[in-house]
Amino acid sequence: MSLTQEKCLKMYTDMWRIRLFEEEANRQTNLGNVVGTLHMYCGEEAVAVGVCANLRDDDYVLGTHRSHGHCIAKGAESDKMMAELFGKATGTCKGKGGSMHVADFSLNMLGANGIVGAGIGPTTGTALASKIRGTDQVSVCFFGDGAAARGTFHEAIAMGSLWQLPVVYVCENNGYQQWVPRKNVAVVDSVADMAGSYSIPGVSVNGQDAIEVYEVIAEAVARARSGGGPSLIEARTYRFYGHSLGDEQQYRTEEEVEERKLNADPINILRDFMTERNWLSSADDDQVQQRAGDEITRAAKFAEESPWPEMGEVGTDVLFDAKEVA
Amino acid sequence: MTVMAFNEALREALHEEMARDESVFVMGEDVITHGGPYKVTDGVAEKFPGRIFETPIAEAGIVGLGVGAAMAGMNPVIEIMYLDFITCAMDEVVNQAAKMRYMTGGQASVPMVVRLPCGVGRLLAAQHSQIMESWFMHVPGLQVVVPSTPADGKGLLKTAIRSPDPVMFFEYKRTYTHKGEVPEGEYLIPFGKADIKREGEDVTVVAIGPMVQKSLEAAVLLEDEGYDIEIVDPRTLSPLDTETICESVRKTGRVVVCGEDSSFAGSVSEIAAMIAESCFSDLKAPVVRVGSPHVPMPFSAELVKHVVPEAANVVSAVNRVMN
Ligand SMILES: Cc1ncc(C[n+]2csc(CCOP(=O)(O)OP(=O)(O)O)c2C)c(N)n1
Ligand SMILES: [Mg+2]
Repeated sequence: MSLTQEKCLKMYTDMWRIRLFEEEANRQTNLGNVVGTLHMYCGEEAVAVGVCANLRDDDYVLGTHRSHGHCIAKGAESDKMMAELFGKATGTCKGKGGSMHVADFSLNMLGANGIVGAGIGPTTGTALASKIRGTDQVSVCFFGDGAAARGTFHEAIAMGSLWQLPVVYVCENNGYQQWVPRKNVAVVDSVADMAGSYSIPGVSVNGQDAIEVYEVIAEAVARARSGGGPSLIEARTYRFYGHSLGDEQQYRTEEEVEERKLNADPINILRDFMTERNWLSSADDDQVQQRAGDEITRAAKFAEESPWPEMGEVGTDVLFDAKEVA
Repeated sequence: MTVMAFNEALREALHEEMARDESVFVMGEDVITHGGPYKVTDGVAEKFPGRIFETPIAEAGIVGLGVGAAMAGMNPVIEIMYLDFITCAMDEVVNQAAKMRYMTGGQASVPMVVRLPCGVGRLLAAQHSQIMESWFMHVPGLQVVVPSTPADGKGLLKTAIRSPDPVMFFEYKRTYTHKGEVPEGEYLIPFGKADIKREGEDVTVVAIGPMVQKSLEAAVLLEDEGYDIEIVDPRTLSPLDTETICESVRKTGRVVVCGEDSSFAGSVSEIAAMIAESCFSDLKAPVVRVGSPHVPMPFSAELVKHVVPEAANVVSAVNRVMN
């Protein structure tokens, strides 16, 4: 898929929708409306939008504990997502999952995940299903750099490669694994370097640059779709917030965070790219932000006004109603 | 006596044991940089350099290394950030750690402690709130320990570290901030020895983990109704102190068994069955279990309140066995 002004505008808009969605969710946490915790994606938006801009509606995506961005970029509605974070009955998962489990199967977004590295096997499995059925759907798995240490990473990618499955493994390497800098717990710096062990292509990209992500993923998706097998793409990125809300972030300095916000904000980087090409006037920019802001305000209002789940919901969805089977 | 929080008592136990025995070491995610989510390993890196290992996110590896180090004569104390992630290391726990002594005809010893923060805390839904005591009770070769107070936490963790066999050490998130008196000086609490947390005449309430505290609250409410309940805290589920439990049941003739985990095939079920079998002729009413329903933990606060047992559930269960 070639890069067009329209594609760029979509990516730019989605980055704002993600950013404002999360900032609102954070605000709603302070108001006591969102409970549990949030793993903020702010700062990493270019990865989600750069990847998803290459996908069709019927392509599969699986995420992580930090998946608000993956969901929005794949097309999830912000109002239902916000309602999920509130724990309301109108949420994407009826309030049963919360922030770490947002999923929208109508979009083949098969879910965020609370277990690190848990999505890699299932994504390889959706790719296997596509291969068995003979469709040309592509599966994409997002996972953090921490997940590359899990056995699931090794086992699943080995099979993805063995059977040349249509899957793109996207590692979001933000340099931290919860409260630990990656360098303290990993010898291999670039997760892309691990691709060689499975004889698949491995590429490292600047994850703050949506265009760079878009272009590298375009190639990986094309390869997967045409039967060329999996790829492992590492997006070097940075999270602007702590690991989850309430993180005191003693493992990094405020200066480091400020420097990244100043010089590596993915929204600014894409804005500059578009402005240079006269693809985004300042009036367009204002309009994008205005619309995204209005959408998120509506989402919060929707969530707030939505009903709580009924008590009976506690016991539903555990199993399919067996009476309908036999 | 010093008053301290549950997590502080555990930290003290860990520090004391590390000072006592050089073979004790710590392994887990975020245990140096952050001291673990509940700060139990705080200060270990400074005081015992070279004896704490901050790991990658690799539970199977962590427990696997623990088994090997233990067989080679070390005493690993492993922190699994949340109990839920122990499922990623089930082979290492169930097929390796638990079976080694038996399969090798007594040659192997696996003195490993696996610390497991569990249950509900902040609302984190189905993959961050589980308990699974009964999973491990079911496995011969494992010891299952569930402290309910800071004093018990300290004494039991010290015993766990000295045990020559693997220990699954359950730390309820609801208990971490619980404060209580901890005796001065060194003490150990033996496994298989229940503790009467409150003496009473009318009903035996066997309570596990945070349900001990909830039962103590219920006891106050029940006093107003004229019921005097006895609270028995097993403290270790495997081995289980059947004697102390049955003695109490023979006195009262009525029993409620409560835990935070699902009561279906849960730890409370084993205790209830044991009582029904051993004390049948002493029972004036059927045994009643209190636990959560057999559902995954939901996210919504509105749903969670129908899942997690509280003092009110103990009160109504006591009313049931009294009527
Ligand atoms: C199997 C497992 N172990 C530990 C955790 C706790 N945990 C949640 S997120 C996280 C860090 C993940 O780091 P990374 O994969 O780099 O993703 P990031 O948070 O940086 O996006 C940890 C340790 C978990 N959820 N699952
Ligand atoms: Mg990371």
